[in-house]
Order: sequence, then structure tokens, then C-alpha cells
Amino acid sequence: MVDKLARIVTEELNVWYGAHQALKSISLKVEANEILGIIGPANSGKSTFLQVLNRLIDLKPQTRVSGRILIDNQEIFGANIDVEALRRKIGMIFALPIPLPMSIFDNIAYGPRRNGIKKKSMLEEIVEESLKAAYLWDEVKDRLSDSGLNLSGGQQQRLCIARTLALKPEVILFDEPCSGLDPVSTGKVEEAMLELKKNYTLVLVTNNTKQASRVADRTAFFLMGELIEINNTQEMFTVPRDKRTEDYISGRFG
Amino acid sequence: MLKKRWNHKKIFEWGIEGLIKLSGIVSIILVGLIFIFLLKEGISVFKIVNPINFILGKEWHPVSKPPDFGILSLILGSFAVTLGAAIIALPLGVTSAIFIAEVTTGKTKEMLKIGIEFLAAIPSVVIGFVGIVVLAPVIQKVFDLPTGLTVLTGSIMLSIMAMPTIVSISEDAITAVPKRYREAALALGATRWQTIWRVVLPSASGGIVAACMLGIGRVIGETMAVMMVTGNAPRIPHSLLEPARTLTSTIAAEMGETVQGSEHYFALFAIGIVLFIITFVINFTADLFLHKEKV
Repeated sequence: MVDKLARIVTEELNVWYGAHQALKSISLKVEANEILGIIGPANSGKSTFLQVLNRLIDLKPQTRVSGRILIDNQEIFGANIDVEALRRKIGMIFALPIPLPMSIFDNIAYGPRRNGIKKKSMLEEIVEESLKAAYLWDEVKDRLSDSGLNLSGGQQQRLCIARTLALKPEVILFDEPCSGLDPVSTGKVEEAMLELKKNYTLVLVTNNTKQASRVADRTAFFLMGELIEINNTQEMFTVPRDKRTEDYISGRFG
Repeated sequence: MLKKRWNHKKIFEWGIEGLIKLSGIVSIILVGLIFIFLLKEGISVFKIVNPINFILGKEWHPVSKPPDFGILSLILGSFAVTLGAAIIALPLGVTSAIFIAEVTTGKTKEMLKIGIEFLAAIPSVVIGFVGIVVLAPVIQKVFDLPTGLTVLTGSIMLSIMAMPTIVSISEDAITAVPKRYREAALALGATRWQTIWRVVLPSASGGIVAACMLGIGRVIGETMAVMMVTGNAPRIPHSLLEPARTLTSTIAAEMGETVQGSEHYFALFAIGIVLFIITFVINFTADLFLHKEKV
């Protein structure tokens, strides 16, 4: 088997919130153009893991990180790292869709504008491209100047995906992106994700194990800050190697 | 068993409810009564001068014969002092609110908040006193003026009085912006300043505008400090470095010398009506912004 390009590598990653250790020596790889699902019960460190990857964790007081994280062979906690550039490269979608309090167009043009793109035609092109990639274009193309807050929950989440895509990221982190959505909207977001992996690398944290089995290529199971198991999704959901994984997947705890 | 019965518990409940209702209504009745009283007393002056000449008349000589009741110079005096105070207090107040809400944490934040609130507790006569003794001589010296009691002096002292309102209400509005907005903007690669400028401030804009309006409302209504430091000359100021007189200080200074029921007495009440309308409009606008639906 050909060794795929490893986009993200973590080595012995530990994270503490004060005295509480939220992640315990996590070592794993995320390969290019895959969807890595991360499942596990509440407080198992899944979201913390995502927040370390784009250094959103910097905002939380009293956190400590040790170990290494390499993204495209670059140490992200190293000196001389431009955190803003890192966050543009590693996009993030949150559990609750958070349109910024501005129009649909401006929501998407927000990132590119700050990257110095001023030309109207260019912005229009980026907005259209991003909305199409997020499967939202047909639903909103006639009302781009409406407030982003007037969209439905599922549309808002896809707006957030489009907003992230407009930054031309390389990796996209999804933090329980469908937890507040109905099944139809969830289906649309999942469809968008499967389409996105052709061009991007995705990490999907989800509380819904079925969702991981539907879209993830590989799945990792976190428990109490530890990585219990990581394997091909199909294999993990049919013959889990660890007893705890089996219990969680079959719904016996968590 | 479920039949309604009057017992002491019920009567107590009914009594408390009534008392609370009454307290609520009393404040509205009081405002109404004050306005009616003002109107009743003030309206008589319009038998002597018509309202347009009253507001646009340039001369205010209430005791000469025949008297001149034109309050334009007083309105412009109030306007000049308020404008000056707003120019100083609004940027300073809003930026200081941003600093307290977004930059400081923990003890520093608490200290600053207490300090700002303490500023609101200083009696206005003390502010005026400091203005006369400390600020006026400085202004006189720096600008080489015959007197340091000018519009500028009043503006500076009043801006200090408007600051607590502006800072604490703006700060509340900024703090109320959900943390999720900030995280979302930062996750898009925005810097801290870009996040504040493009996301946090627009979301808090309603509250910030309201804070500014309320601060300005306070400046217009302020009497004691402004009377002490602006020089009290009832003529139209042509620059910030001239003395002026405001609507409020005219009432305060002259009410004691008038005969009740005289034309002068009624004219002062008419000034009160003008003042009431101005502050009412300002507070009402502030309220609209405060309660406007979030975009």
C-alpha cells in the first residue's frame, strides 16, 4: 500500500486546562483528502483536539500544551508561526452555525476582503464559487444582500462552510457540525462534506457515531482524553479491536 | 375544593400585587404631572411673545422694560457646551469601554469598573469647583483669555460627568456580544483588532449608540457644574473660548430672583418646557436604539 501524504501529525500531544488533563499523549496522523471522524462520549477531548489544531485554544486561560503538532511538516506551536495565517489555512466549522451579523455576501467576502481582495468582480466570483461548493448557491443566489441570520439552521451551517471555503483553506475542522440540525439539513451538510474531501482534508468531530460511519474514511475513538483506537471506519464499526470501542459504538455506555 | 376562597393569604397576595402595580404607575403619573405643571406655568409667556420669537429671539433681557424673551443664545449655549462635551466624551468613553470589555481581565477590570462608577458618584458641585479652581486658570493661561470660564471649560468638565454613563452602558453592550462571534471571527483568521472592529462593535452598536445618547442627555440636563464654569454670559458664543450660558443655568440662576406669577417667572418655565422636550427626545431615541431588534 502506498503511504499517503500525512497532512497533520501529532506526536505525544498533551493538553491541560489548569490541573485537569484534557488530552493524554495523542499520536495520530490525518492523511490528505480523507475525512477523519473522531467519536467519543462528552468530555473525551474531541473538541479540545480540534481547538489545538488551529490554536483557538490560545484564547482559553490557563491551558498548557506539550508534544508536537506538524501540519505539512511545520511545527505549529513553534516560534515565528503566524497564528492568523494558520487559522486561515485550517478552517473550522462550529456546532452552532454562527453567521456574522452582516449580509450573506459580506459573511463570505469577510475573509477574502481582509486578505486584501477589494475588486468587486473578484469577490463576487469567490462568493459564488464558495456557495456552490457548500451546496447553498441555488437557495440564496437571489438574496445575497439579506442578513445571514435570516437563513434556516441548515442553511446557516452551509453558509459557515462557504465562508470557510472562501479563505481557500487546506484542512477543515468540523466540530459537531450537525448537532443542531434536522435530518434533512444534516444530509445536505454530509453531502457537502463528501464532495469537499476531493479538494480538502477534513476532520469531523461528532457525537453521532452513525454520522462517522456514513462519511468518515477512518475513525478515531477518544475516551477521557485518550486515543483508544484509530482504524478504517468500516473495520472499526464491524470488528472493533478494543472492548471499550465496541461498548461505545453499540451504545452500551456514553 | 378548587373554589376560590378569600383568606388572609389571598388578601396578602392581592395587597402586594396592588402595591407593586401602584409603584409602577406612580412614576408615570409623576412624569405626567411635572409636564402638565410646566406647561401650565410656561404657556402664559406666549401671550407676550409668540413661540417662534421666543425660540429664535437673540436677546434675553427678562427684567428690562420692555423685556426681551429670546432664548436662542441660551439654546446655542447649551448646544455648544454639549457638542464640545460629546466630542470629548464619546470617543474617550467608547474606547475606554472597549478596553475594559475586551482587553483587561480579572483585577484590573474590576478596578477600572469601580473607578468609572466612582466617577459617577462625584457631586456635580464638586466637579464645578474643580473646574473653577484647577481647569479655568489653565485655560485662561494657555489661550491667553480675559477669563477661563468658557464653553470649552464647561465641555471638558461635563465630558467627565458623561463618561460613566457612556462607559458602563457601552461596556455592558460589548460584553453581551456572544463569545461564539469572537471565536468564529478568529477561526476565520481575523486578528483581535479586526474581530473587535468588524464583528464585536457592529453587534453591540445599538447599545453603544444608546449609551452615547444617554450620556449626552445627562450633559444637557446638567446645571450646577456648567453654571459654575461656563461664565454665564447670555449671548451667542462664536467660539469655544467664549463664555456662554445654558438653558439649565438660566433657570437655576434666575428663579430665585423672580416674582412668582411675573412674566419672567413664566418665561423660565417655558425654558423648562424646551429643556424637557429636548431631553425627552434624546432619551426616547436612546431607548429606540437600546430596544431595537438585533439585526
